[in-house]
Amino acid sequence: MLSIIKKVFKPSYYILGLAIFALTLAQTLCDLYLPEKLAEIVTYIQQGAPSTQIWNTGLLMLLVALAGCLCSVIISYIASRVGAGFSARARSLMFSKIQGFSLEEMNKFSTASLITRSTNDVQQVQLAIIMGLRVLLMAPIMAVGATVKILQNSAQLSITTAIVIVILIVVMSSIFMVVLPKFNKVQKLTDDVNRITRESLTGIKVIRAFHAEDIQENKFEKTNQELTKTNIFVNKALNFMQPFTQFLINGLNLSIVWVGAYLVNSNPNNLAIMTSFTGYAMQLLMSFLMVIMAFVFIPRAAVSARRMNEVLTTTPKIHDPETPQTTPQNGEICFNDVTFNYPDAEENVLEHISFTAKKGETIAFIGSTGSGKSTLINLLMRFYDVTQGSITLNGIDIREYLQHELHERIGYVPQKSVLLSGTVAENIAYGKPEATQEEIETSARIAEAEEFITQMPKGYQSYISQGGKNVSGGQKQRLSIARAIIKQPEIIIFDDSFSALDYKTDKKVRANLNEHLQNSTKLIVAQRIGTIMDADTIIVLDQGKIVGKGTHKQLLKSCKVYQEIAHSQLSKEELNA
Amino acid sequence: MSNTNVNKQHRGPGGGPGGVAMVGEKAKNFKASSAKLLNALKPFKWSIIFSLIFAILSSVLTVIAPSILGEITNMAQDAVASGTSVPLNKVLEIGVILVAMYVLAFLFNTTQNFMMTTTAQKLSKQMRTDITEKINRLPLNYFDRTSFGDLLSRVTNDVDTVSQSISTSLISMVTSFITLIGITVMMFIVSWQLALITIIIIPLSLIVMGIIIKSSQKYFKQQVETLGTVNGHIEEMYSAHNIVRAFNGEKRSQEQFNTHNKALYTSTFKSQFLSGLMMPLLGFIGDLGYIGIAVVGGILVLQGVIGLGTITSFVIYSRQYNQPLRQIGSITNTLQSTVAAAERVFEFLEEPEEAPETVTRTLTNVQGNVTFEHVSFGYTKNKEIIHDFSFEVKAGEKVAIVGPTGAGKTTLVNLLMRFYELNKGAIYIDGINITDVSRGNLRECFGMVLQDTWLFEGTLLENLKFARPEATMEEIIEAAKASNTYHLIKSQSGGFDMLITEDTNLSAGEKQLLTITRAMVENAPMLILDEATSSVDTRTEQLIQDAMDRLTQGRTSFVIAHRLSTIKNADKIIVMKDGNIVETGNHESLLKQNGVYAQLYQSQFSKEATTEAV
Repeated sequence: MLSIIKKVFKPSYYILGLAIFALTLAQTLCDLYLPEKLAEIVTYIQQGAPSTQIWNTGLLMLLVALAGCLCSVIISYIASRVGAGFSARARSLMFSKIQGFSLEEMNKFSTASLITRSTNDVQQVQLAIIMGLRVLLMAPIMAVGATVKILQNSAQLSITTAIVIVILIVVMSSIFMVVLPKFNKVQKLTDDVNRITRESLTGIKVIRAFHAEDIQENKFEKTNQELTKTNIFVNKALNFMQPFTQFLINGLNLSIVWVGAYLVNSNPNNLAIMTSFTGYAMQLLMSFLMVIMAFVFIPRAAVSARRMNEVLTTTPKIHDPETPQTTPQNGEICFNDVTFNYPDAEENVLEHISFTAKKGETIAFIGSTGSGKSTLINLLMRFYDVTQGSITLNGIDIREYLQHELHERIGYVPQKSVLLSGTVAENIAYGKPEATQEEIETSARIAEAEEFITQMPKGYQSYISQGGKNVSGGQKQRLSIARAIIKQPEIIIFDDSFSALDYKTDKKVRANLNEHLQNSTKLIVAQRIGTIMDADTIIVLDQGKIVGKGTHKQLLKSCKVYQEIAHSQLSKEELNA
Repeated sequence: MSNTNVNKQHRGPGGGPGGVAMVGEKAKNFKASSAKLLNALKPFKWSIIFSLIFAILSSVLTVIAPSILGEITNMAQDAVASGTSVPLNKVLEIGVILVAMYVLAFLFNTTQNFMMTTTAQKLSKQMRTDITEKINRLPLNYFDRTSFGDLLSRVTNDVDTVSQSISTSLISMVTSFITLIGITVMMFIVSWQLALITIIIIPLSLIVMGIIIKSSQKYFKQQVETLGTVNGHIEEMYSAHNIVRAFNGEKRSQEQFNTHNKALYTSTFKSQFLSGLMMPLLGFIGDLGYIGIAVVGGILVLQGVIGLGTITSFVIYSRQYNQPLRQIGSITNTLQSTVAAAERVFEFLEEPEEAPETVTRTLTNVQGNVTFEHVSFGYTKNKEIIHDFSFEVKAGEKVAIVGPTGAGKTTLVNLLMRFYELNKGAIYIDGINITDVSRGNLRECFGMVLQDTWLFEGTLLENLKFARPEATMEEIIEAAKASNTYHLIKSQSGGFDMLITEDTNLSAGEKQLLTITRAMVENAPMLILDEATSSVDTRTEQLIQDAMDRLTQGRTSFVIAHRLSTIKNADKIIVMKDGNIVETGNHESLLKQNGVYAQLYQSQFSKEATTEAV
C-alpha cells in the first residue's frame, strides 16, 4: 500500500498531506473548544454571572464552530484533489506501463486481470486514500486532544472513559478478526455463484439437450446455501456493532454522570467538569470508532495496491537496444536456427527453425494446431524474443532495431481480426494515420473490401463498434488486411488471415496482393492448402520442427505430413491434376 | 470482446463520509414493484413485524433515557446550589433504572438486527434460486435477445442491493422516524424553549442535504459516465494490445487515454468534494444547535426556568438528531434504487415461460422414425421462415442438412429438440407427437454434438457422465476409445479426474472430440451432429470425422454438414437457404434438379477444383 503511494504520489501531494494534517489539528482544537466553553457557561451559571457573558461566550463558540467547519471544508477539498489525482495518475502510469508490455507479460497477467487492475483496483485504493485523509488523519488527533482534555479534568472520569474505550477496542477488533477472513469467502462464493450462472447460460442448449437442469440447479443451490450461510454470519457480526456501540455510549454517559455525582459531593466545582466531560468522552469514543471503521477498507485496498504494484514493478522482458541499427529496405528475413520455449514451459514450441525469405517472395507455413506457426510469427513481430538462435532483417538481428521501426516495416494481419472503435477509414489508416482517402480506398480495393464498404450506410465513414461487432468475420478480416497493406510494408505477415474468406475472395485477394505488393516479402500462415499452394516456398511444421520445405509439387511427393493434409482437403482428381 | 463494464458503484461502508450522495436509479413502475417486493417479503412477515416492534421499543427507550439521565445532573446542581450533598441513594436508583433500560434497548436492537439480516439473506437466497430455476424454464429465444452480463448482474448486484437495504435501511428508516418524533416530543416535555432551538436543525439540515445531493448528483453521473469511457478505452486497448503495438499506435492510444482520464479526474474531484461537504456542513449545523442550547439554556437556567440537567439532556438529544436526519435525507434515493433493483429481478421472473407440458405418452425403446408434418415455424411471430414442411426419416437413416452460412441450419435441430415451439404442424417420433411427451423424455432420445463445445467446470469424468450419471467406468472407457479420446484423456495430468476450468488447455478440436465421447456415453437412439468447420486443424478433423462416423452407425442422425463426404453418404439431404427449406432429396436427385443444391455444390464443395487451376 505504501509503496504504491510512493510510486504514484507527486511531491506536492505530500505537502497537501501536511496541510491536511495541520488543518485537522486546527479543526480538532475547534471541536474540543466547544465543550470547554460549555463548561464555562455552567460556571457562569453557578456564579450567577450576567447573561451578557453567556451571550459573548456563545458568539465565541459560533466563531470557533465556523472556523472548524471551514477547516473541514478545506480538508475535504484537498482530500478530493489528492484522491482523484492519485487515481488519475495511477491509471495513467498503469496504462502506459501495460502498453509497453510484451505478449509474455500480457499472458502472465491475462488481459482480464490487467483490466481489473487498471480500473477496479485503482478505484479501491482511491477510496482508501480519500477515507484515510479524511478520517484516519483526524481520528488520532481527536483522540490525543480529547485524552489531554480528559486527563486535565478528572482522573476518575478518565479511568471510566479508558475502561469503556478498552472494551470497545477489544470487542470491535475481535469481531473484525473473525469477520475479515469471511469477507474473502463471501467474495469467492459470490464469484462462484456468478460462474455457475454464467455456465448455465452459456451451456443452456447442452444442459437442456442432456436434460441436466437438475444437476446445474443442485450445484447452484449448494453454493447459494453456502453463500447465504456465510453472509448471515458476516452481517450478524457487523450488525452487532451498531447496537453495541450505542450501548457503550449510553453506558459511558451514565457512568460519567454517576461518578460525577460522587465528585460533586467532594467538590462542588466539579459540576462544570461533569457537564462538559460527556462531550470530550463522546469525541474520544467516536474517533476510535472511526479508526476501526476505516480499518475495514485497508485490507481490501491493500490487496488492490499489491495487485497494482505487481504491474508497476514488472519490467517488460523485451526492450529497445541502446544503439539501434537501421538498414535500407530490402525485405530479407532470415531465421537462423531459432528455438523458442514459452516461459515455464517444459518443451520447446519451436526447435531449430531456419529459413530465408528474400525480397518479394511468398513463404507459406502450414501444419496442425500447436505446430508453432503463430509462435513463429510472434517471434518475428518481437512479441516474444527467441530463446536460441536469431532472426535477422536484412542481415541485422531484429533485436538491434527499435521496436517502433521494426513494426513500421512490417505489415501484420493477425489471426484474430481485431478492429478498433472508429470509422472504417480510421481503422484502415490505423497503420498510417497520414494516409490520404485515395490510399485508403486503394488498400480497401486490394483487400476486396471496397464493395461491402461502399454498401455500408455511410461508406468509409461508417462506424465500427468496439471489437468490430457490427461487421461479419469475413469483412473484419478484409479490413484487417487493408489496414496492414496501406503502408506498403517491406514485409507483410498473414497469420491465418484468409480463414473467414470464401475461396473465391481468398483467391482474388491473393492475386491483388501479388499485383500491388510485388516488392513486399509475404509470409502466410494457413490451414487451407488452397491458400498456399502457389507460394514460392511452403514450410511444413509439425510439433515445432520443420518437416518439409519446398513447393506444393515437391512436398506432395516428399513430405508425409503435407500429403496427409492434402489428402484430407483435396479430392483425388485435384491431387492428380 | 465482451464489454463488461467495471464501473460498479461502491455501496455499503464505501458510502461513508463523502459518499452519501449516490446516483439514484429510478424504478419504471414504483408502485407495482414495491407491491411485489412486499409480497415477496410475505413469508417473512412475522420476523419483520417482531423486528419492527423491537425496533420501536428500543428507540423509545433510547429517547426517554437522556431525560432520566438529566435528573442526576439536576440533583447535583440543586445540591451545589443549596450547599447540601447529592443524594447518592437516589442516584443509585436512577442509575439502576437506566442500566436496565440500556440493556433492554441493546437486546431489542440486536435481536431486531439479527432477525432482519437473516430475513434479508433468506430473501436473496430465494431470489437467486428463483432466477436460476427461471433460467431453465425460459424458452431459448429469450436468450437470443438478452445479454448474459445483464442477467448475471441481476443475480448478484440487484439481489445484493435489495438484501442490503432490507437488512439495514428498511427498519432504520422506521426507527429514524420514531426516534425523531420521540426526541421531539421528549424535548418539548422537558423544555419547549430549548426544543424550538433544536428543531431549527431539521429544516436547515434537510435544505443543506438537498442542495448538496442535487448539485453533486450531476457530477456523480458524470463520474460514472467518464469512468465508463476510461474503462472502455482500457479494455479495448488491452484486448487489442497486439494490434496497437504492431501498428505503433501506443502514442495515439495514450493521448486518447489522457483526455478521458483528465475528464474523469475533474468529475471525480468535483463529486467527491461536493459530497464531502455534507459532513462538515451538517456538523456545523449540529454545532449551531449545540451553541444555541448552551447559550439559551444557560440563560434559562440563570432565570430559573430549567435545571442544569436539562442542558445535559439536550446536548445528547441534539447529537442524537443527526443520524436519523441523514437517514431520512437519503430515504428517497435508497427506496428508489431498492425498488429499481427488485423490479429488474421481478421483471426477469415474470418473463413468459416455455409452453406448459401436456404429458400423455412416453418415448421408450425408440426406433428412430421421425416425421415432420406440415411444419411451419418462425423465430418471431410475424416472420415465418419454414412454411408447411413435411418430411419423413426412417429409423437408422442419416440426414444431412446443408446450406450456406446463415441459412438457418440449426433451426431444424431446435425444433426437433423442442427448444422452440412450432407455429403449425407437428413432429412425430415413432408416431408419437413430440408435444405429447415431456421435454426431458424427448431430449433423452437425442445425443448431441454441437460446434459450441460446451464443457462445464468439474472433472472430465463428470463431464462425460453428464447426460447419463449411471454410466459405468467400462462404458466410458469404451466410449472414449471409440471416439479417439482415450489416448488424449490418458495423456492429460489427472486423466479422467482432470479438472476442466475456463482456461483448461484443450484445443477446440479436442473439446469437440470430448463432446463426441459424451454423446457416445449417453448412447441415445438418435443423434444430432454439427460438423466442425475451419477452426480445427486437419488432422484433428480426421479424428473427429472418424469418431462421428462410428457414433452414427445404426442411429437415426441429423447432421449439419460441411463436408462433401458426409453429404454424399447421407440417405437424405435437406437444403436450406435464408432460413427456409428449399429442397429435399439425395445427392444424385438434387444434382439433377439443378437448383440451389447444385449451385451450392458447385461453389462450395467443389471449390478445391477451382483453386487447383491456380
